[in-house]
Amino acid sequence: MTSAFGTILKRDLLLALRRRSEIFTVLFFFIVVISLFPLGVGTEEKILQQMAPGVVWIAALLASTLALDRLFSADYEDGTLEKIVLSPSSLSMSVFAKILAHWLLTGLPLVLISPLLGLFYHLPMDSIFVMMFVLFIGTPVLSMLGAIAAALTLGLRGGGVLVSLLVLPLYIPVLVYGAGAISTSMITGVSIEPYVLLLLAFSLLSIVFSPWVTAAALKISLE
Amino acid sequence: MKINWFKYSAPMSFYPLAGKLIPLFWIAAIMLILGGLYWGFFKTADILNDQKQYYRIIYVHVASAWMAMWLYAVMVFWAMLGLIFNTRLSYMLASATAVTGTVMTIIALATGAIWGKTSWGTYWDWDPKLTTFLILLFVYIGYIALQSAIDDVRRSDKASALLALVGLALVPIIYYAVNCPDPTQCASLHQESSLKRVESNILIGMLVTTLGFWMYSFATTLMRARIIVLERERSTTWVSNLPEISLAETSNSKIEARTETRS
Repeated sequence: MTSAFGTILKRDLLLALRRRSEIFTVLFFFIVVISLFPLGVGTEEKILQQMAPGVVWIAALLASTLALDRLFSADYEDGTLEKIVLSPSSLSMSVFAKILAHWLLTGLPLVLISPLLGLFYHLPMDSIFVMMFVLFIGTPVLSMLGAIAAALTLGLRGGGVLVSLLVLPLYIPVLVYGAGAISTSMITGVSIEPYVLLLLAFSLLSIVFSPWVTAAALKISLE
Repeated sequence: MKINWFKYSAPMSFYPLAGKLIPLFWIAAIMLILGGLYWGFFKTADILNDQKQYYRIIYVHVASAWMAMWLYAVMVFWAMLGLIFNTRLSYMLASATAVTGTVMTIIALATGAIWGKTSWGTYWDWDPKLTTFLILLFVYIGYIALQSAIDDVRRSDKASALLALVGLALVPIIYYAVNCPDPTQCASLHQESSLKRVESNILIGMLVTTLGFWMYSFATTLMRARIIVLERERSTTWVSNLPEISLAETSNSKIEARTETRS
């Protein structure tokens, strides 16, 4: 079971490293969206600081839904996905490996680039660290929930837009508490612990349940 | 005595039963809604001054809001039965319920906006209950969109059923997230549910209209389910033997024959 997990994880990472442009597309989408906001709403420092948490999170939500399209579709088209479903090893574990690889390739880069974008919005240093941390614990939820929608819409015409429609409303809790944590970190004397604990809870819950539901969705889609 | 629980899960026996029930539900719906509204408008005590009479929209607003939430539960129930027993009719009922649920959500949002303008002075506010209903609408629309995007009936049924279940698991979390964006304190414009403090005449009006809306939901859901049955089972013999279908077919063939002779 663990060997299938390791193999799929290594394979997906290797495939992505051979086609590096795909990783950078998502990353630059994130950067472009975030840099467009100040041009639209004005560059006053106060407004930017107030908007930053929401803007960063919404850009992250959009970037991760855009990337979902690639989670299963390439494997679906060349038949690898059917092999994975038919193989004797646990499908949930294989799916978990795929989602983890997907997060490492599309979620983690966003976390690493975010300090730079914090500077765009004149965020204080402490808030930048908070932002990195909550993005780090929040973005796995995006990949996990997104995987369910990606599996349900496998191989459909116009699947990309449909995935966004299905999955964006489900991201709301992460958006609310993720942005809430960054906003609170700018107010002195208020603890961000409740936000962090809730985000961690979402993360753990989605890691436990999502691979299982995604496996069921894949079986329905490949029937 | 052995009861055949699955007798009406066959579309063939469901179709005529639903056909018989629909008029009954329509009559009940019209009588209850008219009765409830009459009671609410004319039989409630005038304890409020004239300016506050706009509260009477409550009979439509609360009834549709309750039905919108209840129908989601009903939809998930049918979706779950479908996944467990693999009965075709359960999926058909789930998708028929979804549309009525969406309509109820829209009615609740619209009446809420009208009421909000008169009472709070604004059509929309990012109040927890309003936001929750907006999200409920999104979830309903997502369900319908997924179902209509998949051409294969079996896959579309199962996939949307799974989505409904995922939605059910996440709705409470979303509800608390928008209810309490700051985990250290919670506040909202909407008052809390206070059924016990409502004047009994108003309560009667509200409950009767809600019951009427419920009967309306039964009627429309069954009507829509009957159409879905016809659409999906059109190749079976029992459908082509139905009086309404064979009549339509003979008239169609007559028209075709006429056009053929003309040409």
